Amino acid sequence: MPNLSIGNFSSVLRMVQKVGGSARLMDTAVEVPKADKIILAGVGAFDRGVASLHEGRWVHPLGEAALQRKVPVLGICLGMQLMCKTSEEGQLPGLGWIDAEVKRFDAAGDAHVKIPHMGWNTVRVCKPNPLIPNDGEEQRFYFVHSYYALCRGDADVLATAHHGCEFAAALSHGNIYGVQFHPEKSHRFGMALIKNFLEL
Amino acid sequence: MLLRDGGLVKTRRFARPKYVGDPINAIRIFNDKEADELLVLDITASKDRREPTYSLIEQFAGECFMPLSYGGGIRSVEQARRLFALGVEKVCLQTAALEDPMLVTRIAEAFGAQAVLVSVDVKHGWLGRRRLYAAATGRMLRQPWLEQMQLLVAAGAGEVVLNAVDRDGMMQGMDLDLIREASRAVSVPLIAVGGVGSVVHIKEAIAAGASAVAAGAFFVFQGPHRAVLITYPRSEDLAKVLTAD
Repeated sequence: MPNLSIGNFSSVLRMVQKVGGSARLMDTAVEVPKADKIILAGVGAFDRGVASLHEGRWVHPLGEAALQRKVPVLGICLGMQLMCKTSEEGQLPGLGWIDAEVKRFDAAGDAHVKIPHMGWNTVRVCKPNPLIPNDGEEQRFYFVHSYYALCRGDADVLATAHHGCEFAAALSHGNIYGVQFHPEKSHRFGMALIKNFLEL
Repeated sequence: MLLRDGGLVKTRRFARPKYVGDPINAIRIFNDKEADELLVLDITASKDRREPTYSLIEQFAGECFMPLSYGGGIRSVEQARRLFALGVEKVCLQTAALEDPMLVTRIAEAFGAQAVLVSVDVKHGWLGRRRLYAAATGRMLRQPWLEQMQLLVAAGAGEVVLNAVDRDGMMQGMDLDLIREASRAVSVPLIAVGGVGSVVHIKEAIAAGASAVAAGAFFVFQGPHRAVLITYPRSEDLAKVLTAD
C-alpha cells in the first residue's frame, strides 16, 4: 500500500492480516516494482489525493505495475476515484486507468437523499467477478462518500448500490478493481472481499 | 463502549462503573459478532479536563472492522482533525458543545455534518420533570433538554445520541415517551440509548421514532447476575424481530 498522506490505513492492513495475508505500507515509490498486489486506499478531497500521488512520484511506478505488469490493484474509496479520469470535486486529472468520471450526488428534489451517503448499504452484483459473490446472499458494505464514479461503459461496473440513484459501488477493468465502500469497515463482507482479492 | 482509565466499564444510571474487560478484546469480539457500528465514550476525559487518549484510540481504529465513533474530552477542531486522521469516522460531543455550540458548527463545516454526533443526556428531576443532564459534572442544567437538542442540531450536528440516564444499565426497556418527543423535534437521525435489555426493547424504540438504537449492558452482560459475556444478536435474528408485526 502506498503510504499517501490521505488517511489512516491501519484497519486495512489489519484486515489483510486477519484473513491470512500480509501487507505493508510502502514509504517510497521505489518499492512498487516489488509488490505483487497493490491496494490504493484513501479518503478526502480528490485534488489532495492526486497531489499526494505526484508529490511522492507514485504515478509512473503505479501505472507501470497496473497497466504493464498487470498486478491486481484494489482502489478503496478515494483510492478508487483516483483511478478514474476526472472528478467534479477537483481540477487535476486522475490516474485514468478506468474510463470513468467522478460525479457528485445530486440531492435536488429529494430530501431523503442525504449527502454524504453514509452508512451500511447493500450492493447488487452486475457481472461475475472474483471479489463479490453473487450467490443470493445479501452483500452489505459501509459507505462514506459524496461523489461516485460514472463509468463510460457498463462493462466496467462490477456492482451497484442505490442512494437516490443507482451508482457504481464497485468497478473492475481487467486486473484493476475499485470499491467505493470501505471493506475494512464492513466486517464479514469486507473480510471476504479482501480475502478474495489476495487470492487473485 | 464506556472507557475509564483505559479499561472498559459499564455503569448504572451513569454511576457505579463496573469493569467489564479490555477494550481491544471487546472490539475483536464485536468484529466477530458483526456489530453495525461502535461508539466509544471516554467517561472521565471531560470530567478530568483531559484530552482524548490518542494512542489508545488509534489502536481501536486499527482493530475495528466497523465504523468507529469516539467521544470524550473533545474541545477543538484540531482535536477532531487528529481523531479523524487516526481513523475515527465520527466524533461525539457533549461537554464542550453545551458550553459552546459553535464548536459543533466549526467541526461540521470542516468535516461535514455526518462526522459530528452530539450526545444529549436526559434525567428525571425531583419533581419528575425531564431535565438536561451534564455527564461530566453530574449536574442538572437549566436549559430545557429539547430546546438544547434542537439548538445543537441547528448548529450542525449530523446525528443525536439521546441517553435516558435513569434507564442506563437497567436493561428494563427504553424511555419511549422521551424517544417519541425527541424524534418529532429533530430531522437528523436519532440514536436512542439507555435501557435495552432485549431485542424487543430495540423494536419498541424504533417504533417510537428512533432511527437507531445503541446499547451497552445488553451486549456485555448475561443472565440475572450480570455475568460479563460479550454478545451481539445475529443480523438475521435482529431483522426477524424488527420486521415482525
